[in-house]
Amino acid sequence: MSITVKDVEHVANLARLELSEAEKDRLAGQLSTILEYADKLNELDTNGIEPTSHVLPIYNVMREDEVRPSLSAEKALLNAPEEEDGHFRVPAVME
Amino acid sequence: MSTPFETVIGLEVHVELHTKSKIFCGCSTSFGAPPNTHTCPVCLGHPGVLPVLNRQAVEYAMKAAMAINCEIAEWCKFDRKNYFYPDSPKAYQISQYDQPIGSNGWIDIEVNGQTKRIGITRLHLEEDAGKLTHIDGGFGSLADFNRVGTPLVEIVSEPDIRSPEEAKAYLEKLRAIMQYCDVSDVKMEEGSLRCDANISLRPWGQKEFGTKAELKNMNSFRGVQRGLEYEQMRQADVLESGGTIVQETRRWDDAQGKTFSMRGKEDAHDYRYFPDPDLVRLHIDEEWKERVRASIPELPDARQARYTEQYGLSSYDAGVLTASKQLADFFEESLKYTSDAKASANWIMGDLLGYLNANNLELDDVKVTGQGLGEMIGLIEKGTISTKIAKTVFKSMIESGKSPQQIVEEQGLVQISDEGAIVAIVDAVIAANPQSVEDFRGGKDRAIGFLVGQIMKETKGKANPGMVNKLLMERLKG
Repeated sequence: MSITVKDVEHVANLARLELSEAEKDRLAGQLSTILEYADKLNELDTNGIEPTSHVLPIYNVMREDEVRPSLSAEKALLNAPEEEDGHFRVPAVME
Repeated sequence: MSTPFETVIGLEVHVELHTKSKIFCGCSTSFGAPPNTHTCPVCLGHPGVLPVLNRQAVEYAMKAAMAINCEIAEWCKFDRKNYFYPDSPKAYQISQYDQPIGSNGWIDIEVNGQTKRIGITRLHLEEDAGKLTHIDGGFGSLADFNRVGTPLVEIVSEPDIRSPEEAKAYLEKLRAIMQYCDVSDVKMEEGSLRCDANISLRPWGQKEFGTKAELKNMNSFRGVQRGLEYEQMRQADVLESGGTIVQETRRWDDAQGKTFSMRGKEDAHDYRYFPDPDLVRLHIDEEWKERVRASIPELPDARQARYTEQYGLSSYDAGVLTASKQLADFFEESLKYTSDAKASANWIMGDLLGYLNANNLELDDVKVTGQGLGEMIGLIEKGTISTKIAKTVFKSMIESGKSPQQIVEEQGLVQISDEGAIVAIVDAVIAANPQSVEDFRGGKDRAIGFLVGQIMKETKGKANPGMVNKLLMERLKG
């Protein structure tokens, strides 16, 4: 399976990433290599094997509906690129 | 309808579940806290954290799904819906893609006296996003992540809805069911109930659907109906003038009464779903299902049927009373204090709803109780107050929350049923209005109304009307 520069541009656009032409070429190559590696799995015969969505065989891991302390707004905002009035301030992104 | 097109509508409704804590972490879900005070590393999407599913959210979702007649999945999983927008700090939403908790349900709606069944494709569990405030003329946004991770169910209808009116009826029915189940506050103003719509037109008789538009930002029941009415008209205009409908998302602007294209990129809906590796599968066995099913109370349709059978109300009246759980509970509370269900229903639908609508209020906003109404009907039955005075008393009750007895005493509204006292007033009014008396005796029946009016004026409306009529006639004819 081969990833084209067009595929890279599509995915970059979805993630709002700006890439140089050189980066696009390099990433197309790297992503193709990764997918080819994962493609090895297709060599296995999986006939008669139930599809799984998770590597662990466990299920129903749940918690009770109890409120626990949150972070303070100050702490929550420590990683904010910018803050304003207790909010994370970010550049506008058009949906 | 005279238009050449049939309208096809499907609704996507989001309902916030009122758990105490978020769906995957212990942060509070309470509404209205200062920004970013209900967050933690899990809901902020910090690296290395592990979400853990809230059992109550699952049970509310099961309850909601069962109440709209869905089949409950035996196994389901959670998936990541990837999108880049600053209302989601993780850059994905945890949702359910191909294994929703509920599927193949339906609800019945009533429009113009006709019952119609609307199919429900699916109900799935997911997390809410944060709230953005756009600033600097659209150049920046302020993000408040308190709402991130509030549990939601998304309920997707089949394209069975054929008019904006049906869409409103469907939404109102859905709200009532969720309210009865007690899984959500379902307040459109606070965003705990939200609605998007897909709408398309097709020539009558055509099987294939036309190209649809997705409508967003309809923030009230009326807004949903108005938005769809506008869009129906817009699409008909485009088609009739030979144009084609573009598949797109359109935003309803309530103030302007129009929809506007949001010009979304075509590839905007490439969500690249995949199973969330942080969450293990969910298995719902029969025992769990039955335990949740047993917790579902009597739902609106059943209650409506019971009101017609048990109290002899018309189907329409029973429908109005059961459209909101609060109103139905109020009605039933009143019946602990009076046996006259029809009188109670009439007071609620006439005076109470009239007052609430005129003042744009909800039942929760006023202090009057079902007990008060029941007791007031008792006072009318006993002859303590007349029906006319009761109207004044009831209005006072709605406004002050006081008991009817207290209002009657404070305002001196006890009906005058003492014959001697009424006779004295009747005589005085007859003496003061010889012309009217003569008119009546000369055959003008209308004059009697004037005389009754004068007596009521003298007694400030408190004279027992039956006695006034009887005594006045005796005097005039005698």
